[in-house]
Amino acid sequence: MTAKPNFEIPVEPERYELREAPPYRFETDRREFFKYLGAGVLILCAAKAARGAQESGGGQRHSGEALPQEISAWLHVGEDGSVTVFTGKVEVGQNIRTSLTQAVAEELHVAVDKVQMVMGDTQLTPYDRGTFGSLSTPVMNLQLRRAAAAACDIFINLAAAQWQVDRTQLLAADGRVTDQATRKSVEYAALVKGQQLTETLPAEDPLAPATEWTVAGKSLPKVDGRDFVTGKHQYPSDQKIPDMLYGKVVRPSAFNATLVSVDTHAAEQIPGVTVVHDGNFIGVAAPSATAARTAAAAIRADWKSDPQPSNKELFEYLKKNAVPRDAEGDHGDPMPYHSGSIETAMKSADHHLQQTYTVAYIAHCPLEPRAALAQWNGDRLTVWTGTQRPFGVRTELASAFHISEDQVRVLMPDMGSGYGGKHTGETAIEAARLARAAKRPVKVTWTREEEFTWAYFRPAGVIEITSGMSADGTVTAWEYHNYNSGTAGIRTYYDIANQKIEFHPSRSPLRQGSYRGLAATANHFARESHMDELAHMAGRDPLAFRLHNLKDDRLKAVFKAAAQKFDWGRAKALPGQGFGIAGGFDKGGYIATCAEVSVDRASGDVKVTRIVAAFECGAIVNPDGLRNQVVGANIMGLGGALFEAIEFENGQILNGRFSKYRLPRFSDIPPIEAVLLDRKDLPSAGAGESPIEGLAPAIGNAIFDASGVRLRSMPLVPNGLKTT
Amino acid sequence: MATITQLNVNGTSRNISADSQDSLLFVLRDQLGLTGSKYGCGEGQCGACTVLIDGTARRSCITRMGTVGDKKITTIEGLAIGERLHPLQQAFLDEAAMQCAYCTSGMIMSAASLLNENASPSESEILNFMEGNVCRCGTHPRIVAAIQKAAKMQKGAGQ
Repeated sequence: MTAKPNFEIPVEPERYELREAPPYRFETDRREFFKYLGAGVLILCAAKAARGAQESGGGQRHSGEALPQEISAWLHVGEDGSVTVFTGKVEVGQNIRTSLTQAVAEELHVAVDKVQMVMGDTQLTPYDRGTFGSLSTPVMNLQLRRAAAAACDIFINLAAAQWQVDRTQLLAADGRVTDQATRKSVEYAALVKGQQLTETLPAEDPLAPATEWTVAGKSLPKVDGRDFVTGKHQYPSDQKIPDMLYGKVVRPSAFNATLVSVDTHAAEQIPGVTVVHDGNFIGVAAPSATAARTAAAAIRADWKSDPQPSNKELFEYLKKNAVPRDAEGDHGDPMPYHSGSIETAMKSADHHLQQTYTVAYIAHCPLEPRAALAQWNGDRLTVWTGTQRPFGVRTELASAFHISEDQVRVLMPDMGSGYGGKHTGETAIEAARLARAAKRPVKVTWTREEEFTWAYFRPAGVIEITSGMSADGTVTAWEYHNYNSGTAGIRTYYDIANQKIEFHPSRSPLRQGSYRGLAATANHFARESHMDELAHMAGRDPLAFRLHNLKDDRLKAVFKAAAQKFDWGRAKALPGQGFGIAGGFDKGGYIATCAEVSVDRASGDVKVTRIVAAFECGAIVNPDGLRNQVVGANIMGLGGALFEAIEFENGQILNGRFSKYRLPRFSDIPPIEAVLLDRKDLPSAGAGESPIEGLAPAIGNAIFDASGVRLRSMPLVPNGLKTT
Repeated sequence: MATITQLNVNGTSRNISADSQDSLLFVLRDQLGLTGSKYGCGEGQCGACTVLIDGTARRSCITRMGTVGDKKITTIEGLAIGERLHPLQQAFLDEAAMQCAYCTSGMIMSAASLLNENASPSESEILNFMEGNVCRCGTHPRIVAAIQKAAKMQKGAGQ
């Protein structure tokens, strides 16, 4: 029987790095758990529903293979009343450690500080595909709520049995069960003394409705915040163990370069240095970071590479090199999406518009570059590393070293962010390869230049839209072709009778992969810029035009909320001022963004002066955490909207340093107002990604409003606005 | 050949072994275990490595050991007094001015330098001073609020 996750989410084709399936998966022995944690109550969350193969990363398993029952989380309440939760999700700055703690405290009726989360340790936590796709809140939050509710139920039943009373008169609160009739009360801890109770979670456990939440639904400060403001928290790059060496990899001269010759003699003469040359991999391990750099610099390597495209001809290249969609391992929307007849609709349309939009490659730039510390113990490997996919990295390590996954343990200390950029395990493999040769633990921390060069980028793309519209401003035809950037958010949410929407993968000149929001940012940019063009063509107000063409009430609600807060429709107060609006829907979140810009026509300076973002993702779990995500996404989005772009030529990155690649800084950031719509009647969705998606088109539309210049490329104004 | 053997960090003289060309950041992190100061770019562009040298913010990644001498280094680990957090540390917590928090120690050290020279900075003075510190998660407005709050707390405490 194939294992079944309970949440079916397709993997978008642009998650190129996720295509491989793990060859093995092993169940943790439950007895081991009680040995590790002591007696108490252990709740296992069984994942239900189908398509285990997809959940494990997109590939296919051998059919008929018997697998252990999928378990998605564990929750343990010990004899001392301590609550330990085990989840494969990881904390990367999105504050999931805090919001999951809240969910458990709520359902289990214990104080927040009694709950400890063990996250992303492949030996202790259940398998998890990875922390991406805005799934931690809709999936894991729900599962842990269920687990906590089930544990609470057990305590009530234990107390009812002990006191010989009906369970309906018992109440759980603050880690105790109390008999409301007699006022008799007992701590959870006392109820489980010496017992080893296991329950596999029933799926239909009732949950407290959002309207009755007491802990979740309110703002809770970061649970371990003090460790971060005192410098005590140990990030992946801070890890250190006795006897540890520092590793450094000698990098190829260009992408896809092959090694012609290498001379490692000089490096090998340096005392304490281990040199590894294995295929195209060359690296050193040394007693200090300085010694490792010196040794790596002493290695003479000659590489050979072929001419490769540059960013100057990128968009032509992507169109010319389009390839058929890979049916295997591609679980995005079925393409092409077709409805009605474009041809007929275009013939009868009163207005026609055809435009092309482009989006550059950009880098994630997590402030902590990739880092890994690897330690071998015989043929067993332990790696501490910063990744959004500890289990995926475990698979990569097992495969690279021809060992089984149960010989590999990956631990993920809360890291210095990822934004979709840390899904792969190359740093872990590098550290492990060096450690195996040196016979000592080795830590590899990438430099900023390495992070810019040897990680992967958000896909660049070309998007062509042809549309038709009737005289009253109803969009009747929508033909949409996306080259390379991906399918996330590709479908239009406007109510258009005749559509053709197609994604065309291409041979990317750069390594590309997931990025916060994936292609939804590119697709929203193209779609919402085009809708703005149509609104102006029809002589309609851009907001009214959108509402006219929309049926989705949730999307209408965020548009109206943003517009109201922004005071949309007011007169311009200053010369050079412009207002823009854009919005959309992705990964369960509804976003509408209003931007105000100030354009200096003489100098070409463009300044974003105000942003209002209205967001709705169902019932809000942690309002302050959500606000932080919505504002943060818009600040990060400013970079990609205005000036971030990777420059490259012949397999080399030309601007891979912070002195050459402009990131949003304090002076770039306008006042940002987040309007949060709390729909307590709807399930909670994630919010780490979709709030970024309305920004770029809102700014582009505002620049048009200010200057009459329509910009169709992201970034919009890397060198200011050229109006001539 | 190591020529530098002492470093005055957080009020204590510590034994080290460094060359004059070595970066202060890596001596702090690798030799003294003071990993609160972070590597972000290696070229003084992101501020994650910021420490105080005689009370003034410096990017430790591009500070050569040869220039340090017996100057007093303060890192994030030396900012609290016992269990009592520095007003900036408390204010960053109060304002939830962090997400991944990798930039936080550098932000706090830069802000400490600002408040050392200007006890009540205006918003634009804060923005100018903090321009060299990158937060990729986008918590800037909260960081500004935290610095303003810390300035008020310090004044309230009569510092």
